[in-house]
Amino acid sequence: MSQDAKKRVTDIGPPHYEKFLPEMVKKNYGKWLYHEILKPGVMVHVAESGDKLFTVRTGNPRLVSIHTIRDMCTLADKYSNGNLRFTSRNNIEFLLTDEANIDPLIADLKAMGFPVGGIGNAISNIVHTQGWVHCHSAATDASGIVKNVMDALCDKFESMSLPGKLRIALACCLNMCGAVHCSDIAILGVHRRPPRINHGILSNICEIPSVVASCPTAAIRPTTVNGKQSVEVNEDQCMFCANCFTVCPAMTLSDPLNDGVSIWVGGKVSNARHEPMFSKLAVPFIPNNPPYWPEVVETVSKLVELWAANAHKYERMGEWIERIGWPRFFELTGIEFQKEHIDDFKHAGLSFKRSAHLRF
Amino acid sequence: MSNTSGKTPKLDKLDKGPWPSFVKEIKRAAEKSPMSKDLLGQLELSYEEKIGHWKHGGIVGVFGYGGGVIGRYSDVPDKFPNVAHFHTMRVNMPSAWFYSTEALRKLCDIWEKHGSGLLNMHGSTGDIIFLGTVTDKLEPIFAELTEAGFDLGGSGSDVRTPSCCVGPARCEWACYDTLNLCYDLTMHYQDELHRPAFPYKFKFKCAGCPNDCVASVARADMSIIGTWKDGIQIDNGAVKEYADKGMNIQKDVCGNCPAKCMEWDGSTMAIDNSLCRRCMHCINVMPKALRPGKERGACIMIGSKAPIVEGALLSSVLVPFMKMEPPYEELKDLVEKMHDIWCEEGKNRERIGEFIQRVGLGNFLEAIEVEPSPYMVEHPRDNPYVFYEEYFEEGDEDEGEEEDE
Repeated sequence: MSQDAKKRVTDIGPPHYEKFLPEMVKKNYGKWLYHEILKPGVMVHVAESGDKLFTVRTGNPRLVSIHTIRDMCTLADKYSNGNLRFTSRNNIEFLLTDEANIDPLIADLKAMGFPVGGIGNAISNIVHTQGWVHCHSAATDASGIVKNVMDALCDKFESMSLPGKLRIALACCLNMCGAVHCSDIAILGVHRRPPRINHGILSNICEIPSVVASCPTAAIRPTTVNGKQSVEVNEDQCMFCANCFTVCPAMTLSDPLNDGVSIWVGGKVSNARHEPMFSKLAVPFIPNNPPYWPEVVETVSKLVELWAANAHKYERMGEWIERIGWPRFFELTGIEFQKEHIDDFKHAGLSFKRSAHLRF
Repeated sequence: MSNTSGKTPKLDKLDKGPWPSFVKEIKRAAEKSPMSKDLLGQLELSYEEKIGHWKHGGIVGVFGYGGGVIGRYSDVPDKFPNVAHFHTMRVNMPSAWFYSTEALRKLCDIWEKHGSGLLNMHGSTGDIIFLGTVTDKLEPIFAELTEAGFDLGGSGSDVRTPSCCVGPARCEWACYDTLNLCYDLTMHYQDELHRPAFPYKFKFKCAGCPNDCVASVARADMSIIGTWKDGIQIDNGAVKEYADKGMNIQKDVCGNCPAKCMEWDGSTMAIDNSLCRRCMHCINVMPKALRPGKERGACIMIGSKAPIVEGALLSSVLVPFMKMEPPYEELKDLVEKMHDIWCEEGKNRERIGEFIQRVGLGNFLEAIEVEPSPYMVEHPRDNPYVFYEEYFEEGDEDEGEEEDE
């Protein structure tokens, strides 16, 4: 239809990565020999050729303005031949060939308010989602909690004082765009009130069979309300996943009184020592308390401190808990073990204690 | 000072502290962008009321694409008219998130001209996320992006933007070229990435070794995790160096080996590679002394996802070891067969991991013509509810054959 469609380019994909690789990387691609962590946030990779590439890693709020990106570009032009990259946990890395540039770069970053760290036995950046900043289904804000938690734990980003790595992630609802379910500590936004149904508009904007099919517990049934086609929810069967809301805007779960966060512990994705693990429920619910979310910050800080004080060298949160056992974990943390901690979804029995191996 | 339309006392509390502040970033963007100013105002309202103020996404996009743009509308447009429409654009990042400052500046210029000036570096799947523009601007942005050599990423029920770890670009542990595979898959599936035609989303993540820095085992429908088949390469001199510098090799390295397959007698490191699980711990703590073997490739795992709809899954082994070399025909053939059966028989909004749970891994393997292997399971089934597919009837020639053997 469009006349200028002829000139329009599509499906070109991203730029080829080789365009953006530093010269030293191109030269030593696939020929790196080893690396060493020189100090918090700084490492060197040594190639078979003897070349040395220095990495300086800084934190990043992830939600950034173009002005800050331009500032980072200025630093990269000044210190790293215009080369920089981002990590899978949203840190920024400057790739330096001149060791003498490390300290001046760090000084400039710190002057801008950007901490250097996140390498080795440290807390890395918190992977997180959009929250109230930009999402329709958020049960909490993401950036706000992340800011508060990282403010409290920043020294553990900037040092290497922990027994092992600590990965925190936050997702503002069960959709888990941040896929937090395999983190040492996961902060997960939750709804706790069944959907309120707008019967007046539901049949106009939603496909009723899709809404019915969306429910993992089959709690939704078609019905007629005031002569209009709609759905009804068996509230006893609702576990507040908001899957129905995802397919139908007329079923709202967000609710200031009942939304908040849950805290999960002991997950990991790396295969080092222990196989990857899901995070498990530690605290079922903490109400939203902006702007500081002090209860969340306190809970996370306490978990980090307990783990740091008790874990063996290299032991991740989940490995530590597996060694001491969950009863001990709840005793040490002072978290009350409640009905919500016991799984009652599919295959729940697999998480029941099925032996007499008990530590007293 | 930038916020003139209203005060933001709650958010103001978050523009200090040691960690870089997103509030500061929004305020910085708001100095030039009325959109960002209203975003700040609406966010303050959310902080007061403890609830989000975004409506469900609408269907917006660029011509000929079904993904890459997520419609976003304020539910309080009268108060914050500049974010009444505030759509997201996903821009496909380069492999392993390497940039030149020139390319980054170009992206910033485009976004300053047409959008809020706020972005995520990066989104959860890996894309550059341009946060906040209006429908009329989508085509001009797209034109300028393609001019600059960039394209949109995936959204909806399509191939999502593949991502990869830093790989051989800067890591000695990379067991295959993650950047190249990520780019190759992205280019190969451009149509599937831009035009949603699947039951649900499909994510590829390429990790160079079992440390899995891109969390592929938890977050990708297909997790391609580098590994090796032969023995760990050992430099005994370098092991000794670590020991001399104070590392307790027996306790910290051998003691943490999940297979208990290594021994250090003070001068020689011995590893029983037939028992080694390729977990990476020993290599991680002694990168100068130990390296992955030389026969390298990847383990192909399938099916991980977050909870929605039927519960979270980790990926599980489909092919324990595959050579990973361009043009990756073996991998692409496998993906094609998987997509065929999933597109044909998968239900709406059913991820491939859930599909496999429903139809059974055994049946799925038959459909994609992969032989069952003990590498695929933690252990064989422990229940006797077997769906035997054949039985004999009296008079069959084969009857009773088993007893005679």
